[in-house]
Parts: sequence; structure tokens; C-alpha cells
Amino acid sequence: MQLAKVIGDVVVTRKDENLTGVTLLVLQPIAADGGSVGRTLVAVDAVGAGVGEIVFFVRGKEASFPFYPTEVPADAGIVGIVDHWDLG
Amino acid sequence: MQLARVIGTVVASQKHPKFEGAKLLLVQPTTVDDQPRGVPLLAVDSVGAGVHEKVLIVIEGRAAGEALGRKGAPVDAAVIGIVDQVDVTE
Repeated sequence: MQLAKVIGDVVVTRKDENLTGVTLLVLQPIAADGGSVGRTLVAVDAVGAGVGEIVFFVRGKEASFPFYPTEVPADAGIVGIVDHWDLG
Repeated sequence: MQLARVIGTVVASQKHPKFEGAKLLLVQPTTVDDQPRGVPLLAVDSVGAGVHEKVLIVIEGRAAGEALGRKGAPVDAAVIGIVDQVDVTE
């Protein structure tokens, strides 16, 4: 998983039917210091995250697991909203 | 699997139910000579690792889910061992 900031959402009218009702959010991955790192991406949301929140997301087919048995065609999914993180 | 260094912990109250009770660690993948490589990741901890420890991680969904002991968990990385020593002879 990786930390990211939710920076937007995506509206897609014509889509795979298994994406119906699934929220798509734009993520900017962040490093441990909170700075942006890497490319932005679109992820499905399994926890009710909103723009401006810090979240963590999973990559790969596991992104669709929260929607089981619907086989959501996703390769990235938000699975938690971060309260805070601490560096040792 | 990859070597990594635990650099922090993450607290998230609102998360997928399969994460309940799981400890989330921020880990920095490293080379064999302990240099940071790539970006830090979040991994679930299945061995009781702590900050600053050198660990072995899996970055693959099935293995991470097995480490967590929960089928169908939406995870892609897990700490599966605490490294005592790495010897590279060549």
C-alpha cells in the first residue's frame, strides 16, 4: 500500500457495468514527509474518502476485493483513511 | 521479497474491515547495503516489527493476504520477517 492525498474525483458516464456506483478518485501519492511523489492515478474508493483527505491505497487486483463478489475492473483502490502517521 | 527498513507507523480509524486489528507500518525498501531504494510503502505487520528494524517484506497481494491470515483482504504488502543479518559474498 502507499500513502496518497485525494486531489479530485472523476465522473465517467459510459463505463464497464461493474463500475456502476463505484466512486473514482484522483490520488497523488505522497512520501513519508508528506511531499508529492510519482504520478497521479485514479483509484476506486472502498471507504468513503473525500477530496483533501490523506488515504492509503492498494495496487493490483486486490483493489477489487472490497467489492466482492462484483468483479470491479480496477488496479488501484483506497482501503483506509489516515488519521496520522508517525516517523520513528 | 525485498529488504526494507521500518520508518514509521500509520493510524487509520476508517478502513476496510479486513484491516481491523492489523498494524500498519511505513517501510522504506533498501538495497542489500542498506541504501534506500524507491518510495516508502505501507505494509501490514505479521511479525511484531518495530520502527528502525530491518525487515523482509512481500510486495504481492496473495502473499500479503496470507501473511495477514485473512482471505480476500485488500492488501498488497506485508512484513513477513525481521532480518538478523544479510551476507552477500559476491
